[in-house]
Amino acid sequence: MTILKSGMSRRRLLQTGMAGIIGSGVAPMMFTKGAWAQEFCNNPTGDTVTLGLNLPLTGAYAEEGADEQKAYELAIAHLNGEGDGGLLNVLTPSALTGNGILGKKVGYVTSDSQTKSDVARAGATRMIERDGAIMITGGSSSGEAVAVQGLCQEMGVIFMAGLTHSNDTTGKDKRRYGFRHFFNAYQSGTALGPVLSNAYGNDRRAYHLTADYTWGWTQEESIKNTTEALGWDTVEAVRTPLGAGDFSQFLTPVLNSGADVLILNHYGNDMVNSLTQAVQFGMRDRQANGKDFQIVVPLFSELMAKGAGENIKGIFGTSNWHWNLQDPGSIAFTKSFGAAYGSPPSQAAHTCYVQTLLYADAVERAGTFYPPEVIKALEGHEFDGMGNGRTLYRAEDHQCMKSVLVVQGNDAPTSEYDVLNVVEEVDAATVDYDPSIFGGELGPAEPAPVCA
Amino acid sequence: MANFMSRNDLLLLLGFTVVVLTMPIWLTPFGAGYPDLLQRFMIFGIFAVGFNILFGLTGYLSFGHAAFFGVGSYAAVWSFKLLTLDAIPAMIFAVLISGLFALIIGFLSLRRSGIYFSILTLAFAQMSYNLAYSVLTPITNGETGLQLTLNDPRVLDAAIGQTFVGQPVPTLLGQQLGGYAGFYFCAGFLILSFFFAQRVAGSPFGMMLKSIKSNQTRMQFTGFNTRPYALSAFVISGMYAGLAGALLAVTDPLAGAERMQWTASGEVVLMTILGGVGTLVGPVIGAWIIKYFENILSALNDNILTQFWSFLPEGLAEIVVKVTSKFVGDGWHLTLGLVFVIIVIFLPGGIMEGVRRMAATARRSDPPGAKSHQHQPAE
Repeated sequence: MTILKSGMSRRRLLQTGMAGIIGSGVAPMMFTKGAWAQEFCNNPTGDTVTLGLNLPLTGAYAEEGADEQKAYELAIAHLNGEGDGGLLNVLTPSALTGNGILGKKVGYVTSDSQTKSDVARAGATRMIERDGAIMITGGSSSGEAVAVQGLCQEMGVIFMAGLTHSNDTTGKDKRRYGFRHFFNAYQSGTALGPVLSNAYGNDRRAYHLTADYTWGWTQEESIKNTTEALGWDTVEAVRTPLGAGDFSQFLTPVLNSGADVLILNHYGNDMVNSLTQAVQFGMRDRQANGKDFQIVVPLFSELMAKGAGENIKGIFGTSNWHWNLQDPGSIAFTKSFGAAYGSPPSQAAHTCYVQTLLYADAVERAGTFYPPEVIKALEGHEFDGMGNGRTLYRAEDHQCMKSVLVVQGNDAPTSEYDVLNVVEEVDAATVDYDPSIFGGELGPAEPAPVCA
Repeated sequence: MANFMSRNDLLLLLGFTVVVLTMPIWLTPFGAGYPDLLQRFMIFGIFAVGFNILFGLTGYLSFGHAAFFGVGSYAAVWSFKLLTLDAIPAMIFAVLISGLFALIIGFLSLRRSGIYFSILTLAFAQMSYNLAYSVLTPITNGETGLQLTLNDPRVLDAAIGQTFVGQPVPTLLGQQLGGYAGFYFCAGFLILSFFFAQRVAGSPFGMMLKSIKSNQTRMQFTGFNTRPYALSAFVISGMYAGLAGALLAVTDPLAGAERMQWTASGEVVLMTILGGVGTLVGPVIGAWIIKYFENILSALNDNILTQFWSFLPEGLAEIVVKVTSKFVGDGWHLTLGLVFVIIVIFLPGGIMEGVRRMAATARRSDPPGAKSHQHQPAE
């Protein structure tokens, strides 16, 4: 054995080193073991309960994210008995007391998902592991929703999806721990079909521009199926990257394609940009195949309509909800949101607010935060008063079955918020579909031992 | 065997090991002691150590290393989907594929050096990103990201009849790799990677790489063919990136195209420069700082700030909250940019230069009567 200059043999050094490694490696385990010793992930033991809000505060859907945050803050205030109570007063049946959830005060943590799936997942993990979030909610993109939903299934934490419209969220990628209140692309197609047929006839040639991720893909497919059933031709469907900013390279080919309808499967800032550019290209003043050229935006929101300004006049689309509806739920929500923030809420804000209340209500009815029991309370639950009429949380795929709005850009807006007209309220029975058509598997309700 | 490793190197390795393994303890007061972020610290540490072999030792600035990172992730996830949920085959598979990928890109890019090399790697990385994002969606699932599902084939698991409870998650010999188990798994690899990088830097091969950095033309005139050395360095650092990508997929089985974007490539360059190019520890520290900023500063919101500044008088607190809120939350890039600018201007050698300067000052002030001159000693 050779002796090192320091006088310590190599073997001795390695021995000491290994002891150190093992010692320091084991020590933190002892400290942390206690933190995870609980019957399920993030069981709230104190007098508060933490919700994790995963919001796109930057990126193409940032504006939706900002509105969602307002809605969550409002919902949490109402759950804690602050403010005017909002929809707590109109939800039927309701187990909510206005005294937090199961008597625990509701708190929240936030994370900026940057409209990216990877980041959304990292943010959700942080809120679950570090901040002890009992439920994750939010998101403005189906890519995020699908990614976070998978994570929540692994961790055994319930995910109440925010704005996500892809068929996959409650279809091919559905999870036992994921729930969606928002409607989906398939329902948009069913609702939009008759209106398009009435307005534009049955002999049209459509050109799709599609945001290149799960939502765009499924919306393109659903709208294509609907319009082709009407007798329309699909000239071409072109995929565009999410958050592209400039769509002129995708719009130029439309002009010479022989199409007379442009279908924009874009959302948020992307839709504002693509629609504005399409109008600048003179598409709405064009004639093609002897007909007026038309633009359709299958998923529409007030925030987008506001962003696109003049350009949306007369354009058809669908919405989950609109602040101008005249049922007690919509009136109550618009009133308390307006009182708090000075503007009417968007559909993104509405769905997030409702999801928070529905989760709280389910916990109250289950009498525990234990996720399998909460899941049971949500599955097949029927409720009313949230602004969409009678609604069923379908047990087979965790999709809310409710009415869908067909909307049109307002030709003569009376205020900067009065940008959409509700053309038709398509009832829940019409937009119903068989959950098995999209495949997928919910998976088990028993939490995986990851968090344990 | 006495010259197996110098005493300093051994001490450095030991110190590094201790610091890494005790991270769950000493990072808790900073709000970063939770498994997911610790895993990221390890993973991006490996990524930066590998990048430094190419950039720090050989002097080739690659702007496309995220491509290898992404390829590693996709390879690992596909191994989970097709073969088995065990982490080891996935990682071997990922390292091999990304090495092969690096061999091809390196072979083409290393025909040029300097800025042209950087642009070539950037171009290849951007091509890979676009392939992953839109062209190869059947393989990569585009923006949505590739995930594990219940009905994946997993032929090896099926052959030995291994099943799982709930959602499929990667395992190591049947042991789940979530939480702290995942952290120690990654930490082991970071320490191994660090040790290997130390060995490379100290070997004759490392000497070759360093001389390529200092004067490639002279090397060629003395009769060395430098390209095989540079190519090996490129492939090694590509494999490091693949390993890091695979670990990210092991701890969180989702592969998204964003991790291949040019911003991700730029991030590893930032990490290396921030920590100190060419040093062993520097890039790891740089990676930790950037990941810390990204995950902790971005999560601060007005509520937390208001609590933090609540000791100030009412009016003043509001102003301070308003100002500081611009630097946290979605404004964390601003803070990172400021730190980066300050470091590059005052400490061109990165944080490690700061450490060296402090050590030098301490040493100089030791002997009594020694005049503390601000001049750098001319060495």
